[in-house]
Amino acid sequence: MIGLAIRNQRAFASGALFLGFAIFFYAVAHGYPAGTAARMGPGYFPRLLAIVLAVIGLAVMAGAMKSTAARVPLCQWDWKGLAWVAGSVLLFALLLFPLGLIGALFVLIMVSSRASPEFAWKGALANAVILIALCLAVFVYGLGLRLPVWPSIFT
Amino acid sequence: MDLFHNLAIGFSTAAQPANLLYAFFGCLLGTLIGVLPGLGPLATIAMLLPITYALPPDSALIMLAGIYYGAQYGGSTTAIVVNLPGESSSVVTTIDGYQMAKQGRAGVALATAAIGSFFAGCVATLALAALAVPLTATALLFGPKEFFALMILGLILASVLSSGPFIEGIGMVVLGMLLSLVGTDLSSGTQRFAFGIPQLFDGLDFVPLAMGIFGFAEIVKNLEQDNKLSLVTQKITNLFPTREDFRRMIPAMLRGTALGTLLGVLPGGGAVLSSFASYTLEKKLSKHPEQFGKGAIEGVAGPESANNAGAQTSFIPLLTLGVPSNVVMALMVGAMNIHNIQPGPEVMTKNPTLFWGLIVSMWLGNLMLLILNLPLVGLWVKLLTIPYRYLFPAIMVFCSIGVYSINSGTFEVYEAAVFCVFGYLLIKLQLPAAPLLLGLVLGPAIEENFRRAMVLSRGDVSVLFTSPLSASLLAAAAVGVILIMLPAIRARREEALQE
Repeated sequence: MIGLAIRNQRAFASGALFLGFAIFFYAVAHGYPAGTAARMGPGYFPRLLAIVLAVIGLAVMAGAMKSTAARVPLCQWDWKGLAWVAGSVLLFALLLFPLGLIGALFVLIMVSSRASPEFAWKGALANAVILIALCLAVFVYGLGLRLPVWPSIFT
Repeated sequence: MDLFHNLAIGFSTAAQPANLLYAFFGCLLGTLIGVLPGLGPLATIAMLLPITYALPPDSALIMLAGIYYGAQYGGSTTAIVVNLPGESSSVVTTIDGYQMAKQGRAGVALATAAIGSFFAGCVATLALAALAVPLTATALLFGPKEFFALMILGLILASVLSSGPFIEGIGMVVLGMLLSLVGTDLSSGTQRFAFGIPQLFDGLDFVPLAMGIFGFAEIVKNLEQDNKLSLVTQKITNLFPTREDFRRMIPAMLRGTALGTLLGVLPGGGAVLSSFASYTLEKKLSKHPEQFGKGAIEGVAGPESANNAGAQTSFIPLLTLGVPSNVVMALMVGAMNIHNIQPGPEVMTKNPTLFWGLIVSMWLGNLMLLILNLPLVGLWVKLLTIPYRYLFPAIMVFCSIGVYSINSGTFEVYEAAVFCVFGYLLIKLQLPAAPLLLGLVLGPAIEENFRRAMVLSRGDVSVLFTSPLSASLLAAAAVGVILIMLPAIRARREEALQE
């Protein structure tokens, strides 16, 4: 029944997101002294903002349920693509020190390439070789950034 | 007299060989990423920010600015030749530019875009130089309450001009401000929202956030749509517009430049808004509105001049008032912070060589872009044949290394992965991310000025409305809100902001 009452599901979810953040920030800011308007403590401004955000969130949710609201469903998520992309970044962070830059970049490129529907092993491998060489030339030797090039056991 | 003196200072900085080289590098990179769809100036500047640590501040800013206005040139090339906007500011150029290309006039369209951009760049540089002194003088009179009011005005206008419902834009601003409070509270030393994580004591860095949202999440989005390019394969010959072309494009260029110069200064304005507004204006003024969409040269000349003018004049509020008017400018705040420069009226008084050097470098950069773009058009078009499946891993690599180098630590990389998921959520909910970033950048300054104003008034909020300056700024913000609530204007806005 509720699903039917919410005409604009996209807006409703957005409003709920605002409200959720507002409650979270208010709850945490509750632990900080608020002080007075003349001498504001660290809790004053965050609570003020959280209340504003909560009001906005509720207003957006209410607007989504109005009988005049346009019918907008929620969008489909491409979970696979998101997992490959976000996962490859996580792996890069995780492996940078243990494997060194070359190994971590290789993992990053191969894993993220899987996100493309046109993925092919050969192309991705060639791309990885070119990009790693480019990175070494530009960032390590060219700009002299301090990056762990080799696995940590060698250094 | 003063203007010439100042420009002379600028020339002596901008014309140094090293700075010329960085300007050239910025313009080249800007054109490159402008041509490539799916990689914008935002991600590029965010990527390069950490690397600019090593450069002197003037070289760093000159290069980063070059990326932004260089991207305006590059974006139009893709729009005209393959009907795909390389940048969001060249979306409208696809309408008539691609039609011209189909009629065998790609060369003329490209030349029109380049000449228009160059002309607009020159005018905008002069406007920037002329407006800088009086605006800075005004800003120096500002106290905490005026700055507070000014920033509120900026954020409200930015939400008014962002896509999607206004109230959701404001919600994103407030959320961004809340996120900006993470870290040490400067006046009490309390760790807020840090949950004992030492890396958060200095606050949420906006580079991982910008990269997660505008770099990584954007890639996921692009992969969902299929990017089939329809290249105009014929050789690009005949770059020169005819006399008739000139007769039609010059007025459009002049109007586009004027409009872009004005809209660029507005908070929330900049290149994108300027190009849309100019297209609408040209269509309305034209004696042959039916030619629009079928290769009208005005539809290229106007918006292309406007977006370049807007890109440059959006530096005005940043450099004089310290208020970034769009997300790219918010990143420039970050670049200035890296070099311990507080954006605002003091840039000009304390760092005159940097200030005027940056302005003059824009003019020199425009000259370089004109030379870079017209003869090398074939090369840029070739770049487009690189399939996206090879391109996006490269973006991932550069973004990841860029995020790592902020602090030479992996914490920021994890952060970027988290914001990738968050950014994807925002894309799916169609919430605008730009207001979030502006809120994040301006949040600390708003809190500080609000607190100081309240200390000075002993907690009396009414001073915000009784001091004439802050009252009029807040009134302007209120007018903006009321206007947007009016049904008639609401409908017009939705129409105007629609792609």
